[in-house]
Amino acid sequence: MSKILQIVSSRRTWAWPYVLFMLLFVVLPLILVGYYALTDINGQFTMRNFAKFFTHSEAIQTFLYSVMIAVFNTVICLLVGYPAAYVMAQEDFKTPKVMAMLFILPMWINFLLRTVATVELFNIFGLPLGEGALLFGLCYDYLPFMIYPIYNTLQKMDNSLVEAAYDLGANRWQSFWKVIVPLSMPGVYSGIVMVFMPTVSTFAIAELLTHNNIKLFGSLIQDYITTTDLLNYGAVLSLVLLIIIGLTSFFGDNDSEGEKGGMV
Amino acid sequence: MGKNPFIIEVNHVSKRFEDGKFALNDVNLQVKKGEFVTILGPSGCGKTTLLRCIAGFQVASSGDILLKGEDVTKTPPYKRPVNTVFQKYALFPHLNVFNNVAFGLKLKKVAPDVIKKKVRRALKMANMTGYEERKVDTLSGGQQQRVAIARAIVNEPEVLLLDEPLSALDLKMRHDMQIELKELHEKLGITFIYVTHDQEEALTLSDRVVVMNEGEIKQIGTPTDIYNEPQNCFVADFIGESNILSGRMIRDRKVQFLGLEFDCIDEGFGEDVPVDVVIRPEDIYLWKVQSDKVQSDKGPDAASQADLDEEDRVPKGKFTKWYGTVQSCIFKGVHYEMRVLTPDGYEFLIQDYHEFLPGTEVGMLVKPEDIQIVKKEHYIYNYFDGEVTKNGKVRFIDAEWEVMPQQIEGFEPGEKVQVRVPFRSIDLQDYEEEGTLSGEVHFILYKGNHYHLTIRTDEGHDIYVNTNDVWDDGDRVGIVIPAKEILVESQKSKVESHE
Repeated sequence: MSKILQIVSSRRTWAWPYVLFMLLFVVLPLILVGYYALTDINGQFTMRNFAKFFTHSEAIQTFLYSVMIAVFNTVICLLVGYPAAYVMAQEDFKTPKVMAMLFILPMWINFLLRTVATVELFNIFGLPLGEGALLFGLCYDYLPFMIYPIYNTLQKMDNSLVEAAYDLGANRWQSFWKVIVPLSMPGVYSGIVMVFMPTVSTFAIAELLTHNNIKLFGSLIQDYITTTDLLNYGAVLSLVLLIIIGLTSFFGDNDSEGEKGGMV
Repeated sequence: MGKNPFIIEVNHVSKRFEDGKFALNDVNLQVKKGEFVTILGPSGCGKTTLLRCIAGFQVASSGDILLKGEDVTKTPPYKRPVNTVFQKYALFPHLNVFNNVAFGLKLKKVAPDVIKKKVRRALKMANMTGYEERKVDTLSGGQQQRVAIARAIVNEPEVLLLDEPLSALDLKMRHDMQIELKELHEKLGITFIYVTHDQEEALTLSDRVVVMNEGEIKQIGTPTDIYNEPQNCFVADFIGESNILSGRMIRDRKVQFLGLEFDCIDEGFGEDVPVDVVIRPEDIYLWKVQSDKVQSDKGPDAASQADLDEEDRVPKGKFTKWYGTVQSCIFKGVHYEMRVLTPDGYEFLIQDYHEFLPGTEVGMLVKPEDIQIVKKEHYIYNYFDGEVTKNGKVRFIDAEWEVMPQQIEGFEPGEKVQVRVPFRSIDLQDYEEEGTLSGEVHFILYKGNHYHLTIRTDEGHDIYVNTNDVWDDGDRVGIVIPAKEILVESQKSKVESHE
């Protein structure tokens, strides 16, 4: 009896379902991606898929373009999101909860529906779909992911640090750049990672908001994977993307050491 | 310039918060150049608000603040020649020790080699040489505090403001830092304004102490003045320990309490005026007496001389003596602390180098110069403005109260009246719901044989209550006033009765 209890109450036992889930849905797919990337249609080992990527100018161009779009989106989100987070985190700002609610509200709705609605909006106002619409849609979708981590670090920041800066002779502008900005960097890094990574691999938003005129790396992967004889090449592209994303997340991790921004 | 001896002048400064409550109420304070002034008070007394008004983080609602004769009431903090050491140090976590200290100098665009020299000197002053490259979060609390001090003094301010700088340190460290701060003050020769709730700290460090409570300055004086000559019960009770008793000034240099007459050295209170008497526990002399003494005898008499003669340390002379039985005796290191109960039920706290075991019958005396007389802030009655209601009740302190019908005879409904309630007649209930009003215990004063409480109602009125029951600060109580204890008078009598 006590043995059963011991088994039931041990942490190890409770971890099993999650371990199983991870194996099935995270590790196994990764192995499969790796396997397909390193084999040809007949299942023979080959490095040709990788070689193809480095000589395939369309793929590389699309990749660079996707990174560029992601960088633009991240910068716009940062420029729009930081001031919003800063205003919300001010002590005398009366309704930070309401503001936060307003920012989070669109996220209650599936992003595809929102994107379709955005397309309609552009049609109503007679605005052309394309690169501009794409950036607008991306920014609209990912802005909350930038605001939240920054708002969190700013809000947790000890106000006496800002007062100390004033006390030592810094005016508002100086104390903002010399104290508030450096101390909010963990939140900024989290925000960058959370916006940049999903934008690089996005494809549905691009398809909808550009009438399929602009292809992002995500769309490219989707194209290849759904075409049977190019499945292996698609796997290579996925792997490349994975490595890039992995690298950016490392960059985020190292710098946000100590005080983590994180989502709400 | 030059003529004005004051570096800081605070004139009639009040600070109201949005809810209308006063954080500071008509505060006046002048600080001389080079002085070490401590602002002392319990938490929430407004001491930090006053400091923040001087630093510029808060703007006074009214009144003005002068630095070196110049009005800075609305000047932003970065334009004031003062620097602050914050309670929780407020060091910049993203900068190392050197850059923290250099922060102010870099903003002033001082040349790099000068910065280096000045930072090194400031760190040396604060005993932190060699820590330049350390990250601030690797330092102990005491070290962080030293860096915070170096960061403030490196700018060579004319006034250094310190907001409870030692409150986060442990006892031993606190004592060391107190000595260091005192030395630093002497070395720098600048003005220090120091905020603390620790009376010992205030008494050891300062040239002058400002005692605050509820947004008002209660007394300003040297540490010895504050301790030996408290001007009111709050100061007497807050600084050190004291026996506070209700008494009556018979005439100059003659005071009555415990039913006895005592010589004292205070004058100018008037004749036959109720006062409070403050006696420090170390100022009462104790000696053993024969057991029948305590019950039978009171007042000065020759017979007790026999007991006294055996004890050389008790002063001889014609002193008023009184008697009691030791209830408890605790060893406190240097001295013993005894509680002595008189047959009339007055309890005294007494400190003596000699041990008097519980049960010992003792005689007590106090020298005239050790009897401190303070003005009574309130006498036996609470006075409230009231109004007679249509249903034969009286409305005051935001509630309607039953009164005896004869009390409102001759008053019209709606007529404004004055209500008088003796301190003794108010009942406090454990459960708020049982009272007509609810409130909380705001301030407690032990008066030897009873407690004098200030109860603050939820609407913010103060009610004074005398009781024998023991309550704690912050206890929630229900307030009951029996109908027969409420005295209703016309408003005209107000002026006379307040005399």
